[in-house]
Amino acid sequence: MKGSKARRALPGFGLSLGFTLFYISLIVLIPLAAVFFKTFELSWAELWSTITNPRVLASYRISFTTALWAGLINAVFGLLVAWVLVRYPFPGKRFIDSLVDIPFALPTAVAGIALTTIYAKTGWVGSLLEPLGIKVAYTQLGIIIALVFIGLPFVVRTVQPVLQDLEKETEEAAVMLGAYRRRTFFKVVLPELMPALLTGFALAFARGIGEYGSVVFISGNMPMRTEIAPLLIMTKLEQYDYAGATAIAAVMLTVSFILLLIINLLQWRMSRRAIPD
Amino acid sequence: MAGAITVYGNKETAQRPKHITEPKYVQWILIAIALLFLGLVVLLPLVSVFVEGFRKGADLYFKGLTEPDTLSALKLTLIVAAIAVPLNTVFGVAAAWAISKFQFKGKNFLITLIDLPFAVSPVIAGLIYVLMFGAQGYFGPWLDDRGIQIVFAVPGIVLATIFVTVPFVARELIPLMQAQGVQQEEAAASLGAKGGSIFWRVTLPNIKWGLIYGIILCNARAMGEFGAVSVVSGHIRGQTNTLPLHVEILYNEYQFSASFAVASLLVMLAVITLIVKGIVEWKSGASHAGNH
Repeated sequence: MKGSKARRALPGFGLSLGFTLFYISLIVLIPLAAVFFKTFELSWAELWSTITNPRVLASYRISFTTALWAGLINAVFGLLVAWVLVRYPFPGKRFIDSLVDIPFALPTAVAGIALTTIYAKTGWVGSLLEPLGIKVAYTQLGIIIALVFIGLPFVVRTVQPVLQDLEKETEEAAVMLGAYRRRTFFKVVLPELMPALLTGFALAFARGIGEYGSVVFISGNMPMRTEIAPLLIMTKLEQYDYAGATAIAAVMLTVSFILLLIINLLQWRMSRRAIPD
Repeated sequence: MAGAITVYGNKETAQRPKHITEPKYVQWILIAIALLFLGLVVLLPLVSVFVEGFRKGADLYFKGLTEPDTLSALKLTLIVAAIAVPLNTVFGVAAAWAISKFQFKGKNFLITLIDLPFAVSPVIAGLIYVLMFGAQGYFGPWLDDRGIQIVFAVPGIVLATIFVTVPFVARELIPLMQAQGVQQEEAAASLGAKGGSIFWRVTLPNIKWGLIYGIILCNARAMGEFGAVSVVSGHIRGQTNTLPLHVEILYNEYQFSASFAVASLLVMLAVITLIVKGIVEWKSGASHAGNH
């Protein structure tokens, strides 16, 4: 239907595609390419010593592990939230549903100072955890909490529509075949949700690696312990070490591109499953 | 991908037959855990912003909101959004038109390119413009000779904001316009309608809610962006300070009441964004129902 006939019938192809390519090149592609050009200006030895510096390696490790933990926590609780919102009736559901979008709409700096205040020693939650010996603010746990906040809607909003469209009949069949509820969930429902859950997890993880605003307040920014990679880029820039900042950025960009590729493959597979042709 | 909230109708939860749902007590336990989680992670921070803002009294709260530096940060934030949002709206409409109404090679690749800014760390989004236009950047010396300053000035803030908000409108419109197909536009064209009137009279009424929603999301991010803007802003009070940067400065100066007062403005921006989202979902749901 949409084939070559449409191309002849509708106007504006050249103009709209031309403008799209021009704009995306000017705003996104050329500036991003600058990171790699700048990196190539370094010799291999310089590049290698920059990105394998212990402080830099530690910042990668911290960024990855905290984003991973936050992604896993969100996969579990995000699924639970999506499940409850789709399946169970309870009062105030509309309100709860819109709460899920808050992390998308709230500026990250605001989330950062608010979470820090709550989870600091004297804060509402921090003061309750302090006697138990759990410190949240200014530790890696604090970074994880900030990334859980940032990543939550990605998981809920990718799982929710899939769960909503899940056919009752599949579960009916499982019950008729004598499966218990728990078995039905793990053997029938969860596999159906897996692609969406994985996509949501990957989105939350990718966002977590690069996140800056919500983390810098709660992390305390101690080198080797709570210093995330984006902050290290910032620090290097403030010291006019452009080469160092760029090298760290090039590694992060490469990882982000690979993640983006995986996410797009996952989403492509999901849409193929959703619309059988 | 990131940041894209797709509009879909809120289906009411139909009561499921007993044998394919959990016992009532399990349901309530699960609901309780979900609510506790959302309360601790999402609701509490929101509430705390207002509590902290008013902790030292309403006087300090309003003083924080009306001091000259806050007002100039507000003004800059509005200016930046007023440039970035219309540009990205035009881009989003053009990109969605090309992608949804025509077939061409590399379409999926183009969609991935549009998504790219979502995958890039905000700090890197700022860094790229420093590398391009900074004093040591590729165009730095050339710009310097002509007395033009981009980085650590307002143009850099605008550029970084445009970068991080590029995908919002396009991501809302592409799936919507792909689902709508080309039949209506083709019918209009075969009746002799020109390009402009096809868009204004046929396409625009069909995509209006998705477009509004994309613009609102784009605006929320444009006004709230912190990391990217932080890199390219010179952090000069009253000059290159946006609202989120002003929140940081006040917070680091231990002016907590003022900091949270300014932050509460941004919370209200987020809440208004979500209210508009609700209205758009309701309206688009209603218009869908009307079509059937």
